[in-house]
Amino acid sequence: MNPSLKQHCLDIRCDTLRAIGHLGVGHIGGCLSVIELLTVLYFEAMNIDPAQPKMPGRDRFICSKGHAGPAVYAALANRGFFPKEMLLTLNQGGTDLPSHCDMNRTPGIDMTTGSLGQGFSCAVGAALGSKLEGDGAVIYTLIGDGESQEGQIWEAAMFAAAKHLDHLIAFTDYNKLQIDDTVAKVNDIAPLADKWKAFGWNVIDVVDGNDLAAVSAAVDRARANTGSGRPTMVILNTKKGCGVPAVEAMGAGNHNCPFTEAEADEAIRALREAFAREEAGNGGKEA
Amino acid sequence: MEMRAAYAECLAEMMANDRHVVVLDADLAKASGTRKLYERFPGQMFDCGVAEQNMASIAAGLASYGFTPWIESFTPFATRRICDQVAISIAYAGMNVKIVGTDPGISAELNGGTHMSMEDIGVMRSIPGMVIVEPVDEVQLRAAMPAIQAYRGPLYLRLFRKETPAVFKAGYAFDLMKADLLREGRDLSIFVSGLPTADTLEAARTLAEEGIEAEVINVHTIKPIDRETVIRSAKKTGCVLTVENHNIIGGLHSAVAEALAADPVPAFALGIPDRFGEVGKLPYLKKVMGLTPENIVRRAKAALAAKE
Repeated sequence: MNPSLKQHCLDIRCDTLRAIGHLGVGHIGGCLSVIELLTVLYFEAMNIDPAQPKMPGRDRFICSKGHAGPAVYAALANRGFFPKEMLLTLNQGGTDLPSHCDMNRTPGIDMTTGSLGQGFSCAVGAALGSKLEGDGAVIYTLIGDGESQEGQIWEAAMFAAAKHLDHLIAFTDYNKLQIDDTVAKVNDIAPLADKWKAFGWNVIDVVDGNDLAAVSAAVDRARANTGSGRPTMVILNTKKGCGVPAVEAMGAGNHNCPFTEAEADEAIRALREAFAREEAGNGGKEA
Repeated sequence: MEMRAAYAECLAEMMANDRHVVVLDADLAKASGTRKLYERFPGQMFDCGVAEQNMASIAAGLASYGFTPWIESFTPFATRRICDQVAISIAYAGMNVKIVGTDPGISAELNGGTHMSMEDIGVMRSIPGMVIVEPVDEVQLRAAMPAIQAYRGPLYLRLFRKETPAVFKAGYAFDLMKADLLREGRDLSIFVSGLPTADTLEAARTLAEEGIEAEVINVHTIKPIDRETVIRSAKKTGCVLTVENHNIIGGLHSAVAEALAADPVPAFALGIPDRFGEVGKLPYLKKVMGLTPENIVRRAKAALAAKE
């Protein structure tokens, strides 16, 4: 893992909090749970060029859980796709940064998503397109655990395996929470790894999906599966609201909730202080 | 020739000319007439199995990669079943995907009520940006296919797939955005799409024998409707009848009535009378739904009476 990833990860988390805090409300829980993944993808794994967001043959990231848009925007801004000031326009009338990802509005967004289950099929379609073009791209996609209750996910899972789309790498943000309650109580998706294996996928289970080094290693392993004839699912066991104790403590209530500018300031201050302590070798816990 | 055979020939020509033209099925390639193309175009034809939602969103993914996907199923499964995928993955995202629904309305015949889409035009018409085309016969279909392929954006092709009486003659020029005048008349305007077109022309001949000159206009593109032609004809004749193989709510009648609403002309509807379908052969179903030449004549006279 590149040591600079930690700094990028901190910045993306803080910028996500800043944007949602500025607006005062947002899908904060499911944004914070995937910051490590977005950091690894945009700063380590993906073949992309911020100067050419539509570069042919680029790797693509399709955020099927489209409500994580604010976190993706923070990653894109940090990677240089657009100025960071734009993040503060999140969800303001006329913005190019809507709640859910829109490929026709935001530089660097590869698919329009938000109606759960569909982005995953779109990613499978893009993977098929990449295969037909022979461009060598890797197609990355992220689904939610609640989203995994959609039947369309499993239609697409079956098709991707049947067509041997082994340059498709999917991630499940397995934070165990959905809007109404825990995933286990609402409509349990366990045993999740067994389901994906049964559908003919390689499965990589990451015990702590908010451990940057572990996510980086898992993405490396998934990329090594290109050529295996099977798509790969990386299950990220994450914490919804990760990095902000008050948000984590809300449980299922943090899916889409008020979050003030003052709360953002406090959370960012705490994250940066903890990071500085860790960098100074004081053993503080990393964000 | 069956409509589906002509359709498949047109697709084959387009696929041969452009490797970015791809066709996706949901286990109904045989019904759509495209099954035999799988051998010739293995890299351009994909059967998704019985999973229409996935097919629609995969098409969107392919479109994002620069392909022009045509997706095929029976009309109810190409529209109402996958309405959200069509609305969001395809239309909202602005994807260049052609959605082909076969066996519209009563033409599903022995598949019966579950497979009869009486609402598909209504469903698709209310999705922003969706273009809706319903060809009448082989000549019109063959003329329409290149225009459909050339159009960039989401488009729904409502395709009767079997043999159909010839209405258009060789040399017919198709304009995606212009309705076709089939018969000039001064007494009333009949706007018709798809299956009932030949019967409507027969009804017009019967009316002519009684001294009533009906103007018959084929509206092949129901959205965006050719407002100019609709309004001009309605103003000229002073009354309107619409004839369609679709619920009278949401389809051609609604589109024509909306076009006329600002400066109204009496507009009567003949179509599926807000009910579901049932099994039967076409002659039986036409009778049950009132889509016979005799009933078209009767409704035309009712429209005329409203004018006077």
